Amino acid sequence: MLFLGLPTVLALSTGLFDGDGAFTTTNIEALVDPVIVRTFWNSIWLSALTAVIGAVVGAAACYALLDAKPDGPLRTVVDSISGVLAQFGGVMLAFAFVTLIGTQGLLRVILQNNFGIDIFASGVWLYEVPGLVLPYIYFQVPLMIIVFLPALEALKPQWAEASATLGGTRATYWWRIGMPVLAPSFIGSLLLLFANSFSSYATAAALTSQGQGIVPLQIRAALTSETVLGRENLAGALALGMIVVMVVVMVIYSIFERRASRWQR
Amino acid sequence: MAAVNRRLQRAHHPGPTAATRAIILVVVAIFFALPLVSMVEFTLRGGLEGGYTIDRWVTVFTGQLGPEFNQLWIAIGNSLVLAVVTVVIMLVLLVPTMILIKLSFPRLRPVMEFICLLPITIPAIVLVVGLAPIYRVVSSIFGSGVWTLAFAYGILVLPYAYRAIQANLDSIDVKTLSEAARSLGAGWGTVLFRVIVPNLRRGLLAASFISVAVVLGEFTIASLLNRINLQTALLVVNKADPYIAVIFALLALVFAFLLLVIIGRLGSARRKDNS
Repeated sequence: MLFLGLPTVLALSTGLFDGDGAFTTTNIEALVDPVIVRTFWNSIWLSALTAVIGAVVGAAACYALLDAKPDGPLRTVVDSISGVLAQFGGVMLAFAFVTLIGTQGLLRVILQNNFGIDIFASGVWLYEVPGLVLPYIYFQVPLMIIVFLPALEALKPQWAEASATLGGTRATYWWRIGMPVLAPSFIGSLLLLFANSFSSYATAAALTSQGQGIVPLQIRAALTSETVLGRENLAGALALGMIVVMVVVMVIYSIFERRASRWQR
Repeated sequence: MAAVNRRLQRAHHPGPTAATRAIILVVVAIFFALPLVSMVEFTLRGGLEGGYTIDRWVTVFTGQLGPEFNQLWIAIGNSLVLAVVTVVIMLVLLVPTMILIKLSFPRLRPVMEFICLLPITIPAIVLVVGLAPIYRVVSSIFGSGVWTLAFAYGILVLPYAYRAIQANLDSIDVKTLSEAARSLGAGWGTVLFRVIVPNLRRGLLAASFISVAVVLGEFTIASLLNRINLQTALLVVNKADPYIAVIFALLALVFAFLLLVIIGRLGSARRKDNS
């Protein structure tokens, strides 16, 4: 507990106090600085975009896996790969994408030499915020598979049978029964994905060593800054901002989760 | 009638058709395979002259890496030490607490669950902001050894370990087991170590493996507190020799994959036991 509660409280409180321990709102006011606002905005749209793509692709993958035997080799492999890619990635993910679409990357070189397409025609975007989209999707999809597959499997076969006895087709089943029942779990998973990419740091840190495009990198800059003294408190304020976003997301998440659990008894 | 039957049967089965399924799986598989393939291709590149070579893999596996990579070995050692210490901390703190809650304080369970799942909500980068001053104190007490990071990692692995152990705990009848043992004259220590823990070994193993995977992949905290572990060292080595860094990244991915396959096997073995 000491290592969870105390750091959080400390992180949040440093945002509210200045170097001498007096209460101040200067750091919080710094949050409305245009640069900081832009980083928050970057973080939020990056997370939202990758969460939506990750959720849709992940849900499609779950749908395709619906008939695979839970103990069969396909599921074991998919589960393990998802686990590795969703939790382990970070630095290695950055490497992978540099070797794929870096300036000398495999895919980029192939596209350039064989099709004359230069993916970096308007500048090398891999090391900036847009470059994070692909790597982020790469860990969002596995996470979606991990969290959404149980919900999909909880659909009762009786419902499909009931729908079929009443003359429903596969499309009716999914449109009228499957999707409404799954909607809360889907949105819940979507929010989880959002939270996941909003808080991830390693990939971004490994890809961009200088930039401060997203909030976690801004915190790094504030923590390690040697040029401007006393910026630790700005890090605290940024952390506070992140927590606020996370709390909002998690509150909405718990509401949807409660609705979802209604069908999972 | 036969036609109706066939239609019923098809509709019974709401899963995807073979074609849809194959298309989705293949597209997703290609997206996921590409970066991994490009990593492998990268490690085999023949430098400026072009062409391919397996020299680097040979160098790594025959232990001919130069002294400039010593740091990498130290880092791997650090990460392994961290993994062990974290697992010990996790087991010592979590297991007795969870058993106690299960046996005597079932009403505290939601609180425990909330606390254990909290670390998912708090981004590691936020935790670091608060951990920095704490580690200034910690280093003055325990010294600045790398193993002290395990305190923080113990928190990080909490949600994963909790879920693994709780699933196992729910599947055995702890109460009956402990009462049976108590009525035969066993003390609490015997109950814990000779009755409950052996029944929990799958959950404990799974929790330990997932903790190891999380610790080996951890970057944020180590990097910002200036400690060296596998991931931070990979980043440093990447600047000196990206080929070697990518080889080690691939090896680490394979290692984590194998760990999780073992967890999956443990899980399915458990399901078979129950049925």
